[in-house]
Amino acid sequence: MRSATPWSDVVSYLVEATGETLYMVGVSTVIATAFGIPVGVWLQLTAPGGLRPAPVLHRVLGFITDLGRSMPFIVLLVALTSVTRLIVGGSIGSTAVIVPLAVGAIPFVGRLVQNILSEVHVTVVEAAVTTGASTLRIVRSVLIRESLPALINAIGVTVIALIGYSAMAGVIGGGGLGDLAIREGYQRFNDRILWSTVAWLAVLTTLIQLGFTRAARASDRRRHASV
Amino acid sequence: MITVENLTKSFQGVNALNGVTLDVEAGTVLGVVGPSGAGKSTLARCVALLERPDSGAIRVDGTDITALDGSALRAARRQIGVVPQGDSLLRQRTAAGNIALPLESAGIPGPQRRTRVGELLDLVGLTDKAAAYPDQLSGGQRQRIAVARALAANPSVLLADEPTSALDPETTGSVLTVLDRARAELGVTVLVVTHDMGVVRKICDDVAVLEQGRVVEHGKVLDLVNDAGSRTSSALLPAVDLNPINESTYDRVADVVLVGFAAVGALLPEAAHRFSVELNIVGGGLTRLGETPVARFRLGLNGERSDSALEWISEAGGAVQRSLKGPQGVAA
Repeated sequence: MRSATPWSDVVSYLVEATGETLYMVGVSTVIATAFGIPVGVWLQLTAPGGLRPAPVLHRVLGFITDLGRSMPFIVLLVALTSVTRLIVGGSIGSTAVIVPLAVGAIPFVGRLVQNILSEVHVTVVEAAVTTGASTLRIVRSVLIRESLPALINAIGVTVIALIGYSAMAGVIGGGGLGDLAIREGYQRFNDRILWSTVAWLAVLTTLIQLGFTRAARASDRRRHASV
Repeated sequence: MITVENLTKSFQGVNALNGVTLDVEAGTVLGVVGPSGAGKSTLARCVALLERPDSGAIRVDGTDITALDGSALRAARRQIGVVPQGDSLLRQRTAAGNIALPLESAGIPGPQRRTRVGELLDLVGLTDKAAAYPDQLSGGQRQRIAVARALAANPSVLLADEPTSALDPETTGSVLTVLDRARAELGVTVLVVTHDMGVVRKICDDVAVLEQGRVVEHGKVLDLVNDAGSRTSSALLPAVDLNPINESTYDRVADVVLVGFAAVGALLPEAAHRFSVELNIVGGGLTRLGETPVARFRLGLNGERSDSALEWISEAGGAVQRSLKGPQGVAA
């Protein structure tokens, strides 16, 4: 049995892998949010009882969304290789992982967003309609603003989910914490690296979750309730 | 002013509105009352332009607004301020922010918006709550903010759908006062849909009774209370319960409705004096419709000239609704 990896090396492994994870997850979260929110808004607007009901369109969009959500990420990762190459000019490395991560997360965010927007009470939405507000204004000032705390939480949930997905990034050489735990830790029987990574992942996800919860609460005007 | 002409609306074959015709003169308050399922909500939703009627017209200052689309529809919506049923404020916006919403929709620039919001907060008496969020306000305060929001874009018509249904009697008063001020100070035409006759009693000039999607009674409140058979009079006037033994001691027993200070104060003593009859109030009572005192009394009369006294009362402006004892139908 060989001697354990020195702690200083473990730390530098962790630092590098954390950078890769945050890069992959951060960029893909931004993209997934940028596309997922419009998808969710569209799903909600076209839903029965929505502001622009369109049953057929709603069902088609819903079907595509759910199809996207049901795809195992590892399959998406390899299936999208050619698309990835087209977009980022290569199919391996951290940047290449961003494409399947984002694509996988858009329908996920879309459904979350739609569920959240549907919680805005119909009386509140109709009251805005009677003020003569345009649909765009209602989406922005009513649906999204009223749901902001829940939306921020949903983005937090997405980040955590994407950290989970990104563990498979090693398959196409993306690196990151999951990859570190699997290749350097598990496959090479290096318990120190494996368990250090596990512990660090726990800390990292807790911190991220905490950050989003705080931000959500800060955006919520209902917390001032005195009754 | 607003007129509703022959409005019909059905949902899945069930007629909610069966040709409703109403008109509300500029600067007056019309109460639309009726039992649950009478079509009140449907009417309110049609007038709020949230529901399109199957046929008929809704005219605001002469223009039919039922068939509009797009920006014309949004402009028409600003002509009709709506206080929706239930909690309708944005919970993530302050009271002032909520009132500003219609002004934002109308594209009114910031400084003017702030001035207008200030005026409205003053109108509803909540200037000190400008920066409060809905969760920090009481139910009545939230409802007054909803009224202020409905008035923000200077609508010619204010529609209030069950504005007091979730409020206790005291808070109800404050909301009704605000509706009344809107009419008095802004000259807005008010249409209140309500199941609460107290609302009609306190602020309505006119009343329309809806039953099974039809208007079964429509007119001035003070006229309708004089009509013995009207639904409005039986709902608004004091009940005349009486011990039957008591009635047997009189030659004549009759119900009389008196409207206004003069009638309520002076008519009965005067009649008793003129005709030398004994005239007692044996039932009923006094109420107020808006600012006007209105009484429905059951009178017991003894004396030879009792019938003449009743006739005189009716000629002097009191409505003798029925004669329960003695010749039937005295000046009915």
